[in-house]
Amino acid sequence: MRIAIIDTSTTRAAIISDGLREAGLDDIVVIDGTLGMVAALEKAAPEVVLINLENPSRDVLEEFFAVSRALARPIAMFVDQSDAESTNAAVDAGVSAYIVDGLAKQRIKPVIDLAIRRFQAFARLQAELHEARSALADRTTVDRAKAILMKRRGIDEPTAYGLLRAQAMRSNRRIAEIADAIITSDVLMGDL
Amino acid sequence: MALDRVRIGFLPLVDAALPIMARERGFAEAEGLEIELVRDMTWATVRDRLLYGHTDAAHMVAPLAIATALGRGRPAVAMAVPFVLGLNGNAITLSLPLAAEVLDGDALGDPVVLGERLKAVAVTRAAVGRRLRFGVVHRYSSHNYMLRYWLAAVGIRPDIDVEIVTTSPTFAADALAAGEVDGICVGEPWNGVAVDRGVGRIALVTAQVWQRGVEKVLAMREATLAERSDVVHRLIRALHAAAAQFVDPDTLEANAAILSRADYLDAPVDAVSRAIGDRVRLVKDAVPIHVPDFMFQYREAANFPWRSQAAWLYSQMVRWDGTPFSAQEADVAQGVFRPDIYRAALAGSDAPLPNASSKLEGAIGADSIGAGSTQGRLILGRDAFFDRRAFDPEDIEGYLAGLP
Repeated sequence: MRIAIIDTSTTRAAIISDGLREAGLDDIVVIDGTLGMVAALEKAAPEVVLINLENPSRDVLEEFFAVSRALARPIAMFVDQSDAESTNAAVDAGVSAYIVDGLAKQRIKPVIDLAIRRFQAFARLQAELHEARSALADRTTVDRAKAILMKRRGIDEPTAYGLLRAQAMRSNRRIAEIADAIITSDVLMGDL
Repeated sequence: MALDRVRIGFLPLVDAALPIMARERGFAEAEGLEIELVRDMTWATVRDRLLYGHTDAAHMVAPLAIATALGRGRPAVAMAVPFVLGLNGNAITLSLPLAAEVLDGDALGDPVVLGERLKAVAVTRAAVGRRLRFGVVHRYSSHNYMLRYWLAAVGIRPDIDVEIVTTSPTFAADALAAGEVDGICVGEPWNGVAVDRGVGRIALVTAQVWQRGVEKVLAMREATLAERSDVVHRLIRALHAAAAQFVDPDTLEANAAILSRADYLDAPVDAVSRAIGDRVRLVKDAVPIHVPDFMFQYREAANFPWRSQAAWLYSQMVRWDGTPFSAQEADVAQGVFRPDIYRAALAGSDAPLPNASSKLEGAIGADSIGAGSTQGRLILGRDAFFDRRAFDPEDIEGYLAGLP
């Protein structure tokens, strides 16, 4: 069964296709970008198309399928609506599936389920990456706030950090937020 | 008091203004609602989030709501449109090379004259094997139907003499710049953005094709309407109040600033402001011209969902999908528009409520006329199609037979 994955994120496309290959589905075509998508899809002639919900080409894809139908070629449909649970899970995970009509339901189900799990794995990865990035940003903010406190109050680094932490605990806020406030006020107040 | 939460899907377009303003200007809160807005890039995703309960309602191109109810391209789901978010507001922008061939002067094109010239170019291009290509935002969009209506009426056969393809609104200017398409029919601010980038010239506004063309609607699943009717009524009141304020010229700049924000349209404030103010810049650096009917968010009971508007959209769906007319489908299509809900929600307010639920579309050619209303005073302005054909919702088959 040939599966096409349309994704502008090559990382996500790789995660999905790896998962499908592990499950023994190795006839996979990855189509990226929005340019030339229709031609690539026509050439690949897949039985299942997996596309993420945010992809700007989804309307183009539906147009392509509608036209294919007019030309009496295989009919494509959204995930079988009779299985509302699995469709909901797909949409929740951010994946849309278009399936050539006539493909046995039991053959589609594992592909969709696998795709959902892979989409979720990617979402987790993104969340972790985001966390790591913001942790890094937080550290830079705290370092700058410490420098301001050290200079203005003539204290050393551990004392400056202690002040930040104490204020954060007192006001029930994150240290990075306190640090951010100090930087902002330093910019606004200057040497006052 | 806890607010009832309503999630509304939208695409970054100026005519998503009413749900955004209802939230930002406190009209939702005044009705005990908290509107949460969910932005997407394609109409397919807006529709899917609505169908699978990610959202309760959506800013949607009117024909897509009808196509969904009729099961075009996917299994049918019962849909309801209790409120129209606006009329008109789209334009047809041509690539600069094509514009140079078919337009002169610094005014909007005349639909008939421009149509004749475009036809000559289209025939020549088709003969050398590279047909003119136009981009619309979705197969089931008013843009597609407006463009096709105009082309067909001037003697250009869509799908034969030219190609019509789909492109996401936010990428329409890119498609024009890359030469993928020779023209686009899209909503604001994306024509304005294409003009300001120097990749296109606005040739026509869709109000020149049909002076009162139904555009975006508030769409929801019929099941949502049934389960949360009180919340829907309050939402309609909030949107109606937002519309009244939205058209007040004093709010224009502030509204443009809100709409252009990164979490809403993420677009240049100047292009947004021009659209709201009915000012259209046709070509880069030109002085914007005033087009009185460009966008229609409130006057003439613009938010009232006329069943005849749904009927016209259905007639175009039959025409361009090439499916046979079906009286049963026509009933389903008209049943999507819910004037009864609009009336129930706004009864006792100062909103004019038409007596009728259907009217002849495009029949007011000269002066405005008074219309019967159970509440308030209702004046309807010129609503003609450019080719002077009127549409009688009682005789869709006869209308279709008379079209080119």
